[in-house]
Amino acid sequence: MAQYTLNVNGEDRSVEADPAMPLLWVLRDLLELTGTKYSCGIGQCGTCTVHLNGSPIRSCSFPISGAAGQSITTIEGLSAKGDHPVQEAWKEMDVPQCGYCQAGQIMTAAALLESNANPSDEEIDAGMTGNICRCGTYKRIRSAIHLAAEKGGAK
Amino acid sequence: MSSAPPTLNRRSFLKLTTAAGGGLMLGFRWMSAAHHGSHAVASFKPNAFLSIAPSGQVTLLNQNPEIGQGIKTAFPMIIGEELDVAWEDVKIKQAPLDTENYERQVAGGSGAIRSSYTTLREAGASAKALLVAAAAKQWGVKASSCTTANSTVTHRASGKSLSYGELATSAAKLSLPKSVKLKDTSEFTLLGTYVPGTDVPKIVTGEQRYGIDTKTPGMLYGAITNPPEHGQKLGKVDDKAALAVPGVVKVVSWPDKVAVLATNTFAAFKGKDALKVSWENGPIRESSDRLSKAFADAIGTKPDQTRRKVGNVERALADADRVIESTYEVPFLPHAPMEPINMYADVRADSALINGPMQTPANARKVSARITGLPEEKITTEMTRIGGGFGRRLKTDFVEDAVNASKLAGVPVNIVWKREEDMIFGNFRPAGYYRYRAGIKNGQVTAWHLESSSITSRGAVVHNNYPNGAIPNYQVDVHHIPSPVSTGAWRSPNHNVCSYLDQSFLEEVGEALDKEPLAFRLELLDRAESDPQGKVDYDPVRMRGVLKAAAEMANWGKPPAGQSQGISVHFSHHSYVAQVAQVSVKGGDLKVHKVYCAVDCGQVINRSSSENQCEGGVVDGIGCAWFGDMPIVDGASANTNFHTYRLIRMGEAPDVETRFLDTGYPPTGLGEPALPPASAAVANAIFAATGKRLRQLPFVKNDLSA
Repeated sequence: MAQYTLNVNGEDRSVEADPAMPLLWVLRDLLELTGTKYSCGIGQCGTCTVHLNGSPIRSCSFPISGAAGQSITTIEGLSAKGDHPVQEAWKEMDVPQCGYCQAGQIMTAAALLESNANPSDEEIDAGMTGNICRCGTYKRIRSAIHLAAEKGGAK
Repeated sequence: MSSAPPTLNRRSFLKLTTAAGGGLMLGFRWMSAAHHGSHAVASFKPNAFLSIAPSGQVTLLNQNPEIGQGIKTAFPMIIGEELDVAWEDVKIKQAPLDTENYERQVAGGSGAIRSSYTTLREAGASAKALLVAAAAKQWGVKASSCTTANSTVTHRASGKSLSYGELATSAAKLSLPKSVKLKDTSEFTLLGTYVPGTDVPKIVTGEQRYGIDTKTPGMLYGAITNPPEHGQKLGKVDDKAALAVPGVVKVVSWPDKVAVLATNTFAAFKGKDALKVSWENGPIRESSDRLSKAFADAIGTKPDQTRRKVGNVERALADADRVIESTYEVPFLPHAPMEPINMYADVRADSALINGPMQTPANARKVSARITGLPEEKITTEMTRIGGGFGRRLKTDFVEDAVNASKLAGVPVNIVWKREEDMIFGNFRPAGYYRYRAGIKNGQVTAWHLESSSITSRGAVVHNNYPNGAIPNYQVDVHHIPSPVSTGAWRSPNHNVCSYLDQSFLEEVGEALDKEPLAFRLELLDRAESDPQGKVDYDPVRMRGVLKAAAEMANWGKPPAGQSQGISVHFSHHSYVAQVAQVSVKGGDLKVHKVYCAVDCGQVINRSSSENQCEGGVVDGIGCAWFGDMPIVDGASANTNFHTYRLIRMGEAPDVETRFLDTGYPPTGLGEPALPPASAAVANAIFAATGKRLRQLPFVKNDLSA
C-alpha cells in the first residue's frame, strides 16, 4: 500500500492504495466517483475512458502509480453544469439506450474533438473504434459528434 | 387511417383521492387490456398512480424495469397524450417491486406497451375529465364548452383559463366520470413525436446510477467464481492466498460458487485470481465438435417433437419434381451486456433488501425468500436502471449469488462478475444445426420441412412464422441433444436465428425457381392470404405492407454503383419488420453501407426511442451474425473477453433509415422486432454480391474472397 495524491476534476485527492490498483477502482471505490464504468477490464471496450492530462486513457488498465501527481478528468468533471458541447449534443440527439457505455463514449468524443475540431465520418469511426456500444447507438453517436463540432467542438 | 376511439365505462377501475399536500391522486389498475372486465368491482385495488400537485407537477409511478428500451419515457407519454399535459410538467418515478399491485413487472418479450396502452390512456382521459369538470363548475359553464391544452383548461367564450395545478385539489373532490372518450389517433399531438429519454441528462454527466454503483456503509465488494467448465461441480476451496490479499475480508462458498469479499473491487478481483479451487467434472466434457457431430447425426432420425405439421411433407417431397436441401449451423452467443453481472443484497435475521439490475424482480424475490427462509413480504426489492440485458437478466442466478454471499458473510454485499465470468458461464443463445428441404412441383413450392438439432428440448426454432400458411405441406421437427451448457433467452429468442434461416433458405428456393426475391416473397404472401394452409399467426396484409415499404425506401433493384441489395422480412412480438441491406464485398472484406427498415408496430409512442431501438436492433443483429461466436473447447467457453469475442464497432455499423407505417393498429413490441431480419438481409445482399450463400454463422467463418 502507498499514499498517492492526484488531481481529480480540479481537486487534489489523496488515497492509500495498492500501487497496481487501476485508476478505475480508485475513482469508483475509493473516491466514489461512479460515473466512470467498468465493463471489460482489459482496455478493449472504452467504457472506462477518462482524461489524463487531457488525453483519453483506459482507466481499467492504468495503475494508480502511473497517475500520481497528475490531472484526471472524469465524466463528472467534463463540465461544471453538464453543458459541454458533447454533452449538449448527446442530449439533443437522444443518443443513449441503456446508457452504460456513454460516459466512455463522451470522454473519447470530447478528446477527439480537442485534436480534430471538425472530424469527417471516417475520422469519427477511426477515433471511436475503441468504444463499444452493445445497444448499437453508433449512428447517433456519429451524428452527435458532428453536432458537437458545430456547437464549438471541444469547449 | 385511424382506429375508432373507444368509449368505456372506467368508473369501476379508477380510484380518486386527494393527494397528501393537496392535489389529485388517481389510482388505476394496470393490466393487460385483454383482461378488462374480468375483475369484479369489489376486488378492485389500484396498482398504479397518477398524481397532479397544486404546483402543476404530474407524477406517474412507473413500474417496469428500464433497460434502455425507453419505457420510463413512453408510459408517461401515453398518459400525457390523453391528459393534454405540458411535457415538462411530467415526472416519472421508478416504483419498487410490489407484486400484489403490479401485475407485469418484467423487461422482456417486448410487451409492456402493448399490455398497458389502453389503461394508461384511460387514466389520462379520466384525470382530464375531472379537471375540466372542476373548471366548468367554478365558472358555471358547461364542460363541453371548455378545451384543454398545455396543462390548462380554457373556456373559449369568456377567455378564462385555469392551470391543472390550480384545479387539482377541487377536481379531487368530484365524482369520477361514468365514461371517458379517448382521442382519435388523428388528434394525437404527443404520441409519435420525438421526446428525449427522461434519464439522458443524468447519463451524460455520470450522475445516473446503475446496479454496479450501489454502495452502502459496511458493504463489501464480492467477486464471484463460477465453474470454469460447463457442468462442473465445486470441489475444494483453498482460500489462503486469497485471504492474504490486502483488502480481502472473507471468502464464502456454496454449491458451485465461490465469492471473495473485499473492501474494494480490485482487491476482490485479485483475491479471486489467487483462489485455488478444485472442480469435479460432470458426465459430459462438452465441445463444439462433439455437438456439431451429434446435431448432424440426429437429422433424419425420429424427432423428439413435431412443432408444426400441415399436410404431408414426406409424401409431397416424394412427389416433387425437385427437392432443394440445405443445412445451416449457428453458434452459441453470450449476452455480453456492457454492465457486467452484479447485484446488491443485505440479508439480516428478520428481513432482507435486494437491489439491482433485474429483468424479473418477482422471481428474484421468490428465490431470495427460498435462500433466506424469510417470507417474501420481508424482502424489499428495488430495481436500478439496467446497463443492457438482452435477456441475460431474466435469470436470477446472480441474485442468488448476492443473497447467498450476504447471508453467509453477514454483511451487505454488492457482487460483480468479472467480464470473463459473464462471458464463459453460459446462459447462451443456443447453438443449433438445421436442415431444410423444400419440394417443388409444377413451378410451385409444395413442401417445406425444417428439422432442427439443438440443446434445448423444444428446439431453437420458430415453427409458426412466414412462409407457413403459403405452402400446403409444412412441418417443423426438433431433435434434442442434451448438453451441460446452459441456455437462456437472448434478444428475440429463436426469432434471432430462425429469421436468418427461413429468409436465407427461402431465397435458395426462389433461386431454384428463378424468382426475383421480392416478387417471390409477395407471391407467397398472396397465397397465405387467399388460401391459408393451416393456422396462420401473422397477417399477410401487414407483412406485405412493410415489404413494399422497405423496397420503395431502398429503390429496390437499383442499388448504388458497386453495391448489392438483399431483402428480408420477419414477424415477431406482434410487429412486422422488413429490411433492405446494401453491401459491397471487396477482396473478401464486407462493408454494410446502409439498411432500410420498414416497421409496422402499430401506433408509435416515442419516435426517438422507437427509431433508436430499430437502429440498435439492426446493428446488433448484423454485428452478432457477422462476428459473434462462442466455441466450446475442452469443456470451456473459448472466448473469454472482448479481445476474442468480437462485437461490432462504429466503423462497421451501417447507416439505418427507419420508416414506421401508419396502419392504425394499437402499439406492439419494438425492443426486439428490428433485430431478427437484419442478418438475413445482409446475407442475401452478400449472396447478390458474391454468389456465396452463408450457411454457417458467424459470417467471418466464411471466405468471401474470390
